[in-house]
Amino acid sequence: MLRVDREKCVGCGGCAEVCAFGAICIEDGVAVVDPDLCTLCGTCVDNCPEGALEISADRAEPEADLKSWRGIWVAAECRKDTLATVSLELLTRARQLADRLGTDLSAVLMGYKIAPLAKDLISYGADRVLVVDHPGLAAFTGETYGNILADLARRERPEIILAGATAMGRSYIPRVATLLETGLTADCTVLDIREKDRLLLQTRPAFGGNLLATIVCPRHRPQMATVRPHIIKAGRPDPGRRGEITSISVNEELLTHRVQVLESVKEQAKGPNLTEAKVIVTAGRGLEARENLALARELADLLGGALGATRAVVDAGWLSDRAQIGQTGVTVSPKLYIGCGVSGAIQHIVGMQGAEIIVAINRDAEAPIFDIAHYGILGDVKEILPLLIQRIKKERG
Amino acid sequence: MNIVVCIKQVPDTKSVHFDIERGTLVREGIEATINPFDLHALEAGLQIRDVCGGEVIALSMGPPQAEDALREALSLGADRGILLSDRAFAGADTLATTYTLARAIDRLGPVDLVLCGRQAIDGDTAQVGPGLATRLGIPCVTSVSTLEVLDDRKTMHLRRVCEEGYDLIEVEIPALLTVMASLNTPRLPSLKGKIRARKAEIPVWGVQELGAEPGRVGLMGSPTQVVSTSVPKFEARREMLEGSPEGQVEALVARLKEAGVL
Ligand SMILES: Cc1cc2nc3c(=O)[nH]c(=O)nc-3n(C[C@H](O)[C@H](O)[C@H](O)COP(=O)(O)OP(=O)(O)OC[C@H]3O[C@@H](n4cnc5c(N)ncnc54)[C@H](O)[C@@H]3O)c2cc1C
Ligand SMILES: Nc1ncnc2c1ncn2[C@@H]1O[C@H](COP(=O)(O)O)[C@@H](O)[C@H]1O
Repeated sequence: MLRVDREKCVGCGGCAEVCAFGAICIEDGVAVVDPDLCTLCGTCVDNCPEGALEISADRAEPEADLKSWRGIWVAAECRKDTLATVSLELLTRARQLADRLGTDLSAVLMGYKIAPLAKDLISYGADRVLVVDHPGLAAFTGETYGNILADLARRERPEIILAGATAMGRSYIPRVATLLETGLTADCTVLDIREKDRLLLQTRPAFGGNLLATIVCPRHRPQMATVRPHIIKAGRPDPGRRGEITSISVNEELLTHRVQVLESVKEQAKGPNLTEAKVIVTAGRGLEARENLALARELADLLGGALGATRAVVDAGWLSDRAQIGQTGVTVSPKLYIGCGVSGAIQHIVGMQGAEIIVAINRDAEAPIFDIAHYGILGDVKEILPLLIQRIKKERG
Repeated sequence: MNIVVCIKQVPDTKSVHFDIERGTLVREGIEATINPFDLHALEAGLQIRDVCGGEVIALSMGPPQAEDALREALSLGADRGILLSDRAFAGADTLATTYTLARAIDRLGPVDLVLCGRQAIDGDTAQVGPGLATRLGIPCVTSVSTLEVLDDRKTMHLRRVCEEGYDLIEVEIPALLTVMASLNTPRLPSLKGKIRARKAEIPVWGVQELGAEPGRVGLMGSPTQVVSTSVPKFEARREMLEGSPEGQVEALVARLKEAGVL
């Protein structure tokens, strides 16, 4: 529970102000906690300048065999016959973490006829690839992939397992964590190591991006995290790198599943894929009407880029939810982002703040997007966009 | 069909935001609502019940005031609400949450369908659904955007959304689904529903009622711990371009050329 040290507390009220649950009030000059409202999120503990707050639990003693879990695993993800970019990004980061820990990095590759991809995983930093190649894994199901990864982890005992926070990762990694009865931190944006106790520091946004929380899993192994795509930059492959490729035979019992994939349908978006695009033009509610979407689309086409949207635009039905950028949409990190009539709500910003150059066109000088934009144009999108399109056409001759 | 809908009460993120200039978290009153995705899960449950019969049970783990969320579910048409509340449940991460929810569902007897939202907007983990299915030993389909119960009332055809499109899935009940907002449009509460909701008894189950192991719930049962929190900082990089609309566009093109992106 959350304890207040009445000696240290000076009744400043900082804790009450930051508590998103209204669980703290100041009575007679000291903080008082309502245990029914407190969710033990810890925000107040960090914000207390006096160090007067503490979350404690009378936990069991640490498990003795934490030391028998060693090595980092990346659960690789395949897209037909290539590796998903997020797997390469994860290998890049995991390589650095493994070096800090002085341990090995393995990649787990599951699927059917995917064995040729193993050498790519090595060139991106894996020391070892565990290949599970089986016709029963041709179509993804959470049950089969989850069972196999959990079984392997039980036998091989890695200290850390990382996977992409993709549709696939999000559906089977929680199964693995539950089967192993260990902690899982979803959708991390930053991973680090605390060297003194080898703990993985997992940072992720919470409360709709209003807060960043750093999470550890001290007494259970493996420590598991999923990481959003496009947060880490994948390094360059080194085709000369050497590693070990181990083929794993499958226990057929682990392949039983009750979900049948009847068909996989690819929806081909026009132009480049949002998450891969170098340039993204984002349509916001400030475009005012569906017809004006054509302006944003023209600019995107002209720049060889993709068209993104805020949730307001998706909710209005102007674009499909596939185009949504932000907390409940995709995360993007293009070279150039142009927001057209986008206000810059935090839930949107968390999905695009990684862009190299952010341009905002908005007619409200107070719009929060101007705080993070490199270049701001104060004006009406209906006027600015045609001028910009014309000017770029001229530039191109 | 016996349908359980898992509902989480969340602080309305619209009432929590941060002040970029001051770098602090600002809270304007604290309002709590039903997690938006869970309203879609509830609507899906109600629609299936209306066709196939059976009952919809809304289940929530949370502090005592999460009862409000359950009453709202009742006003929308849920047949029963059950609140899992106990001081020992506080501080639960997803592993402890799925343990607690699973104990409650086991206690309810045979259940055909468990529906969850795709994610909760406070924690945003999207883990509880798949984790709960694992504990219940039933299959799980995540991010469902369309749903059809076939005539045998045992088989469902679903669309599961993924990065490149969607999968068409067949699954037999019992199963757990996590649903997308695009699945349906939640109904509004009826007057009759509101009256019923006001009067309804909502049982509260704690550690005792669930026969739960105290070491597996709440903070004690949570392998993950928050060690620090911070308010995200964004670099201020503002340069407002000056002049007439034409002048601003000219200045922008010059900057973009310089940066090599044009
Ligand atoms: C749990 C949760 C999750 C969310 N997830 C996301 C998410 O993933 N992605 C997302 O985008 N949003 C998300 N949102 C919504 C987010 O809070 C905002 O509501 C949304 O981003 C606003 O979109 P907008 O900027 O297009 O619209 P608005 O906020 O309405 O802004 C429109 C802007 O256009 C300007 N404008 C109006 N007319 C003109 C004109 N003629 N010329 C120039 N400027 C003009 C206005 O000044 C205003 O700044 C989420 C919200 C919640 C609660
Ligand atoms: N405390 C809870 N009580 C009931 N249902 C919950 C709870 N937490 C999560 N859920 C369900 O699990 C879904 C996903 O939550 P999360 O994994 O926290 O993002 C939610 O949309 C709810 O349906």
